[in-house]
Amino acid sequence: MKTPIYLDYSATTPVDARVAEKMCKHLTLEGNFGNPASRSHVFGWDAEAAIEQAREQVAALINADPKEIVFTSGATESNNLAIIGVASFYKKKGKHIVTCKTEHKAVLDTCRHLEREGYEVTYLEPEQNGLIDLEKLTAALRDDTVLVSIMHVNNEIGVIQDIKAIGEITRARGILFHVDGAQSAGKVSINLDDLKVDLMSFSAHKAYGPKGIGALYVRRKPRVRLEPQMHGGGHERGMRSGTLATHQIVGIGEAFRLAREEMSKDNERIRMLRDRLLKGLQGLEELYINGDMNNRVPHNLNVSFNYVEGESLIMALKELAVSSGSACTSSSLEPSYVLRALGRSDELAHSSIRFTIGRFTTQDEIDFAIEQIHSKIGKLRELSPLWEMYKEGIDISSVKWVAH
Amino acid sequence: MAYSTKVIEHYENPRNVGTLDKGDKAVGTGMVGAPACGDVMRLQIKVNQQGIIEDAKFKTYGCGSAIASSSLLTEWIKGKTLNEAGQIKNTQIAEELELPPVKIHCSVLAEDAIKAAIDDYKKKNIT
Repeated sequence: MKTPIYLDYSATTPVDARVAEKMCKHLTLEGNFGNPASRSHVFGWDAEAAIEQAREQVAALINADPKEIVFTSGATESNNLAIIGVASFYKKKGKHIVTCKTEHKAVLDTCRHLEREGYEVTYLEPEQNGLIDLEKLTAALRDDTVLVSIMHVNNEIGVIQDIKAIGEITRARGILFHVDGAQSAGKVSINLDDLKVDLMSFSAHKAYGPKGIGALYVRRKPRVRLEPQMHGGGHERGMRSGTLATHQIVGIGEAFRLAREEMSKDNERIRMLRDRLLKGLQGLEELYINGDMNNRVPHNLNVSFNYVEGESLIMALKELAVSSGSACTSSSLEPSYVLRALGRSDELAHSSIRFTIGRFTTQDEIDFAIEQIHSKIGKLRELSPLWEMYKEGIDISSVKWVAH
Repeated sequence: MAYSTKVIEHYENPRNVGTLDKGDKAVGTGMVGAPACGDVMRLQIKVNQQGIIEDAKFKTYGCGSAIASSSLLTEWIKGKTLNEAGQIKNTQIAEELELPPVKIHCSVLAEDAIKAAIDDYKKKNIT
């Protein structure tokens, strides 16, 4: 077994070797290197054919029409294009947007940008399990609401929002519905023929494809309009100019094709490993699971180890590549805003670890992880004054702390 | 974030972890920080008749730099007089451990902890 063990598949995934092999065929002189926009020769025609095949593969995973797929540089760009593009196009209709506090920064920061431009944004509070109360969402809608943007699967806690039900609510009110699907493609089945979703963002690198490529689904019936954010040669039906990156697009196409074929088999195995990990950790005292366990993708486990600080735990777990729900590992010392929005105390938010399992995780790796976590939690609790107080029966919340 | 080798060394082999008897008149306890902020440091000193710190123990809830700062501090204060220990500055700790700017507060916490422990000892021993 090679260490460190990668348990951070929600951050990114390795490119599947089958995907990499296909991509390499679209780069060199011997390969299919043409500009897909070249109409006058076979180099262009071949590249265009590869692009259109990939577009079909992406559309097939989500049961959409290939004409509804716009290629972008990734889910961040897709989120920006969907939210700003719709807000600009429909600004005469209204300037109010509804989203949720636990969205990815690519949505939250885009909404903040629109607030500075004179739009109004309502940020819904999720329930303690991370899910949105549909009545609260309905209550937030106004006559001037033009867009609701809710993620399908949360990146930190893996909970799945009921986008089918939300789509029914927004469609009945004539409000557009955007879904950030970066964490859901290839993990949850998505049928856009059935869902009343108007725009949906996707990323390749969360699903064993390359970084730097994504897609935005833009519904044709009923037609959704948006203001392009990248101007130029009018590629992608005018919605996103820029020469199409053939090898990258072939990569997302092949990754999504494999996801469609292997999702159910992969999910079953990954769920078994995740449940094995959870079972292995449940012997530990003061362990808290963050987010709903039923409405959740099979590859995510987010837990807080009370009285152990997250960053020191990550340092102790150097044989495991995991991430702290707490943003301490970046330059900010704030605990995870997602866990805070669920009403978790600062202490528990500071103590959280996200394990995300994937296609290449093995049972031996999970067993090794369980063993490591048990030994390191034991060591850090021996070091923790809070653990000692807890063991002596002192209520930590009753102590008057001097905040600094 | 990359840690300095000194932080890693202290973190992996922390010195003087433990608990002294709070009720002992010769023991001073300083507890600083807050769980909500992500770090709590508890430093205890045992002072002999001559006013010299003959033993020191700590427990810390916090990041690797906080643990290393308190571990280093216990090494430094042992054998020092209260006066000498009270003069240790956070900058000395930060420098020794090569703490990055974002971790300077860990060394500040360590300085606060020794001051609090000395205060506690003095309060218990007003003659």
